[in-house]
Amino acid sequence: MAELDTSSGGGKKGGKVRSKKASTRIDLTAMVDLAFLLITFFILTTTLAKPKAMDVTMPDKEEKQTDQLPVPASRTMTILLGANNKLEWFVGEPGKSAPTPDTYGKNGIRAALIEQGKKIQAASGKYMIVIIKPSDKSVYKNMVDALDEMKITAVQSFAIGDITPPEVELLKRDGLY
Amino acid sequence: MARVKVPRKSTHIDMTAMCDVAFLLLTFFILTAKPRPQDPVPVDIPPSSYEVPIADENVLLLTVGQGKVFFTVDGADIRQQTLIQMGQKYNITFTPEEQKKFIVTNIFGVPISQLKAFLALDVEQRKNFKQPGIPHDTTANNELSDWIREARKVGASLHNKALFIAVKGDNKEEYPVIKDLITVFQKQKLNKFSLITTLRAAPKK
Repeated sequence: MAELDTSSGGGKKGGKVRSKKASTRIDLTAMVDLAFLLITFFILTTTLAKPKAMDVTMPDKEEKQTDQLPVPASRTMTILLGANNKLEWFVGEPGKSAPTPDTYGKNGIRAALIEQGKKIQAASGKYMIVIIKPSDKSVYKNMVDALDEMKITAVQSFAIGDITPPEVELLKRDGLY
Repeated sequence: MARVKVPRKSTHIDMTAMCDVAFLLLTFFILTAKPRPQDPVPVDIPPSSYEVPIADENVLLLTVGQGKVFFTVDGADIRQQTLIQMGQKYNITFTPEEQKKFIVTNIFGVPISQLKAFLALDVEQRKNFKQPGIPHDTTANNELSDWIREARKVGASLHNKALFIAVKGDNKEEYPVIKDLITVFQKQKLNKFSLITTLRAAPKK
């Protein structure tokens, strides 16, 4: 980029021969180009999104059963996580109430959680208790998704439990194991 | 009508301010850039709607992928002391040289019997080395639970603060491995831990 030198020292008649004043301006275009290139590089390579943490609190295992309140089965919803990103849930005790196969996401378990939560609230006047029981065929993502649904649907009381053989049988019957 | 002569102006723009800003930003990004620690196995983190960022320090991170468990703990002093205590427990003496190497080893997943050999490898060799993961069976005293216990003890004694326990698991990781981890945690009466997730857009209601 050529610069028009407007501060020409010449042109005076009969004056002394002056050395032409050189402009002190440096062309910074290339430097700015380089700087922005590097900025772009660093913006694209830094991880702006910090990983988020989902806090999980497990019940104390050693605790004696005597100082725990019995949980009424009618207020308990059990979610069984099966294979192939499928799950099934039932309210009450296993074997006594028929499980409903369901999927993850908005129209699946979330709708069921909200609906059952309202029903239980209306019937007993107390909040619903949810027990998540991942089977050995489920994957880590399923567990995280299920826990996430607890947060989304604002379930007050939930826990992760170990799956029992009758519940595995239920999953097997529905082809989710 | 005489044509008005527009005086010709220089096309040169003063770049100084722009240059200043550019370099300021550049400096900022260079200083805040943190190299992402490389995972020994590819780990695809599941999304969730939780928005709490993970703590900056005092984190004990267990990376789970392909059925293997890898161990990371923050802080050079904690790492060194943990290694010494683990050595005492398993009757392995680590030389100061090996301790130094262990301090700069971000993440590892080898049984303690192979740890000496692993530390002897250089960076390039480590990349090609298939780490078998830290042994974690369901017995009461497995290596993983010893690592966690020693690190927690060291963390509590050196920094007077409890370590945050975080689990970074792969999407496709099968549940039994996670269950083993939870069992290990519960045996140590460690009932509060975090699962690392990425942010997913909050659902519309």
